[in-house]
Amino acid sequence: MLRNIEEPALKAVDPRGVARPATTHGFEGFDAKAPDGPGIDTRARGSSSSLQARGPEAGRRECLEVAGLNLYYGENKALNAITMSIPERQVTAFIGPSGCGKSTLLRCFNRMNDLYDHVRIEGEIRLFGHNIYAADTPVSDLRRRVGMVFQKPNPFPKSIYENVAYGLRLQGVKKRRVLDEAVERAIKRAALWDEVKDRLNDGAMTLSGGQQQRLVIARAIAIEPEVLLLDEPASALDPISTLKIEDLIYELKTEYTILIVTHNMQQAARVSDHTAFMYLGDLIEFDETKVLFTKPKRKQTEDYITGRYG
Amino acid sequence: MTGRADLKEWVRTGSPWVWLTAGTVSLSLCMVVGLLLLIAVNGMGHFWPGRIAAIDYREPDGTRIKLYGEIVDREEVPAARLEENGYRLPDGVVTGERLLIKTGNRDVYGLDFRWIAAPGMERIDYPPALLAVEREEWGNAYGYLVEVRENGRAITTSDTDGPPLAEVQARLDRKQALKEQIAHLERGRIGAVSHAIEQLRLEGRTLELRGQPDPGALQALKDERLALEAEYERLRAELVALGHEIERDSLQLRLAGGEDLTIPLAKVVRVYRPNEMGTFDKLGHYLTKLAEFVADGPREANTEGGIFPAIFGTVLMVLIMSLLVAPFGVVAAVYLREYAKQGPLTRTIRIAVNNLAGVPSIVYGVFGLGFFVYFVGGNIDRVFFPESLPAPTFGTPGLLWASLTLAILTVPVVIVATEEGLARIPVDIREGSLALGATKAETLWRIVLPMASPALMTGLILAVARAAGEVAPLMMVGVVKLAPSLPVDGNFPFLHLDRKIMHLGFHIYDVGFQSPNVEAARPLVYATALLLVIIVVVLNLAAIRIRNQLREKYRASEH
Repeated sequence: MLRNIEEPALKAVDPRGVARPATTHGFEGFDAKAPDGPGIDTRARGSSSSLQARGPEAGRRECLEVAGLNLYYGENKALNAITMSIPERQVTAFIGPSGCGKSTLLRCFNRMNDLYDHVRIEGEIRLFGHNIYAADTPVSDLRRRVGMVFQKPNPFPKSIYENVAYGLRLQGVKKRRVLDEAVERAIKRAALWDEVKDRLNDGAMTLSGGQQQRLVIARAIAIEPEVLLLDEPASALDPISTLKIEDLIYELKTEYTILIVTHNMQQAARVSDHTAFMYLGDLIEFDETKVLFTKPKRKQTEDYITGRYG
Repeated sequence: MTGRADLKEWVRTGSPWVWLTAGTVSLSLCMVVGLLLLIAVNGMGHFWPGRIAAIDYREPDGTRIKLYGEIVDREEVPAARLEENGYRLPDGVVTGERLLIKTGNRDVYGLDFRWIAAPGMERIDYPPALLAVEREEWGNAYGYLVEVRENGRAITTSDTDGPPLAEVQARLDRKQALKEQIAHLERGRIGAVSHAIEQLRLEGRTLELRGQPDPGALQALKDERLALEAEYERLRAELVALGHEIERDSLQLRLAGGEDLTIPLAKVVRVYRPNEMGTFDKLGHYLTKLAEFVADGPREANTEGGIFPAIFGTVLMVLIMSLLVAPFGVVAAVYLREYAKQGPLTRTIRIAVNNLAGVPSIVYGVFGLGFFVYFVGGNIDRVFFPESLPAPTFGTPGLLWASLTLAILTVPVVIVATEEGLARIPVDIREGSLALGATKAETLWRIVLPMASPALMTGLILAVARAAGEVAPLMMVGVVKLAPSLPVDGNFPFLHLDRKIMHLGFHIYDVGFQSPNVEAARPLVYATALLLVIIVVVLNLAAIRIRNQLREKYRASEH
């Protein structure tokens, strides 16, 4: 019923109003093993300076592009023709009522949905121009480049140190000195260093929930991803911890492209540069945060942010 | 009316359930404690030195005899039965008593236990000088020490009433030292030489089997063998000399019937006068016997001595079984839970695995004998040990096959427990690992399996408890009444998986039901059963300890 009205929303929406298809720039090759991937074409166009003249956004590349993404859980369509492009080194928030597909969409960016046999995906997601759903994409390489933090803190039952070193050890890093440095850097970056520096060998489970969540963020950024996916990272935390996480997000966006799913609209307004409103599997509206929250173009968005449903 | 309402109210509060459940628990507890107490009392009392009674006894036919022995049991019997046997009881008495006397001296009397009727006893006392002689053969002997002999001649003593016990004790100590020397020689140097000779024989046979043996090599083997055989002969002579030495002493015992019995000291384990022992002496004696029971080998068709080989065999077999069953069960569980597509087929397999745990264990024994021993073992022999054929190496029941049979017997338990452990690992922890670029295999190895290890240990605990108590299948695949040697010794490869072993469960069965001397063996059945229970408990406690440590280490966040 509602769905029918929303047809226009499927039109490409871009926070900067740039006409689609937005090009990607400065592509560095998705993967050393697959230099012939479709990314090559974009690289050719990459250094184009056409975008550089465009105000404050100048120099920002498109990090992720979603094109006609449909996702089915068995017979149920959970995402409906999502098309959007997400800029680099900015925070993009996804809001919407429960079950609208925002978490599902987020999990598409690092192919977490592959874990379920009954999930079927159509369309493309391009990371710097390279389709991550292409057959030649090793999923583990993708997940190294697109880190993820989950709703509930999920540290491994290992020491704090080993939690952060885990991703590096997976990549075969064995030198103690290299590990030490990387672990320290990541924990500092996650604003946790002062709290744990004296007890790196304690179990991660001894930390509080908020500390655990920052540890998980440290774990994710220890392997230097390009994108960070945050799936309601603060929903299980108390207000103080939430605040710390939000500060952290603000810090981290200078280096990482951050996608955050949140139930909390104030949070979305506080931390994000762009906000996407989703409803029942459709992307209703995607715009700069201040625009979306002050002058929503669509009635549904307005109803949601003013609390009329959701 | 109100009573019924009250009752209804009482039922509604749930208190009857509390009483019912608590009652069931306490009943179970009582049964367990009672069982343990029963076997503990019956088994542990056996080692306490009993007093030796000297009894004047009138047989039903009127002949008067003397008996020396321990009263080990009393029983009420109907008076009619005693009267049938020729004993007059006072009028009005309906039951009489009969006593089981351990008279010992099986070599003389043929039996070492006899029942006597209480009315036939004319006098009973406990003379302090009565001596109990514990022997390696023929059970205990009871009597008065008459003399100690050296090379057949009595040694004179100043004592008028026979030689002192100290004299016997000193000679016993000498005999013990000689005996240790002999054992050392036999098991150490002679064992090594015969092992080397056997290896040489096998080497020669290998050369022959390959065809066209090099005459030089054969000659070398022969020279080596001759040298070893000379060494063997020399050691043998040494052994014979020691044997003569140990035969030197003997003692004369005057038995109840008045006849004298010569007992070679070489066959005596210990002598003691229980009637003059104080409580502390008895306690010392008790502890010595207990230590012997736990640490020594069996004697006298397993009815005397210790059960160390059975303890050793049981523990070793269970450990090897655990080593075999853990990886196997884990791998199977990982496939079933992590890789296999969940569907009707995996469900069927899971049900089949569960049911496998219910197959009677003797069926596994038959399978082990047919498949492991004859088929696998036979083929191993043909391929790897052709030189020792027709004597089988692995083609005969042995430690390896016993452990393997128990492993397949218990693998369903381990699979089920591990699977449950794997299923309990939160999805978000797995996703956390995958999201860092780990493959499924890496996640399994680094995160999931360590976290599932406590569950695996739970499975192992159940498996160990089941395996340690199993008897039926083991009789077919490697457990014997009396193993000639332990499966671990100083000869390469140190752990001999092909050897037969002894096992506590089978030992209980053997001593209890196959023993020629049922009365002597009964307390040992209890003692062995108690020990088996203790060992199972100890193995379980060890496993539980490991599990708790793992749990502590891999405790996932609780949310």
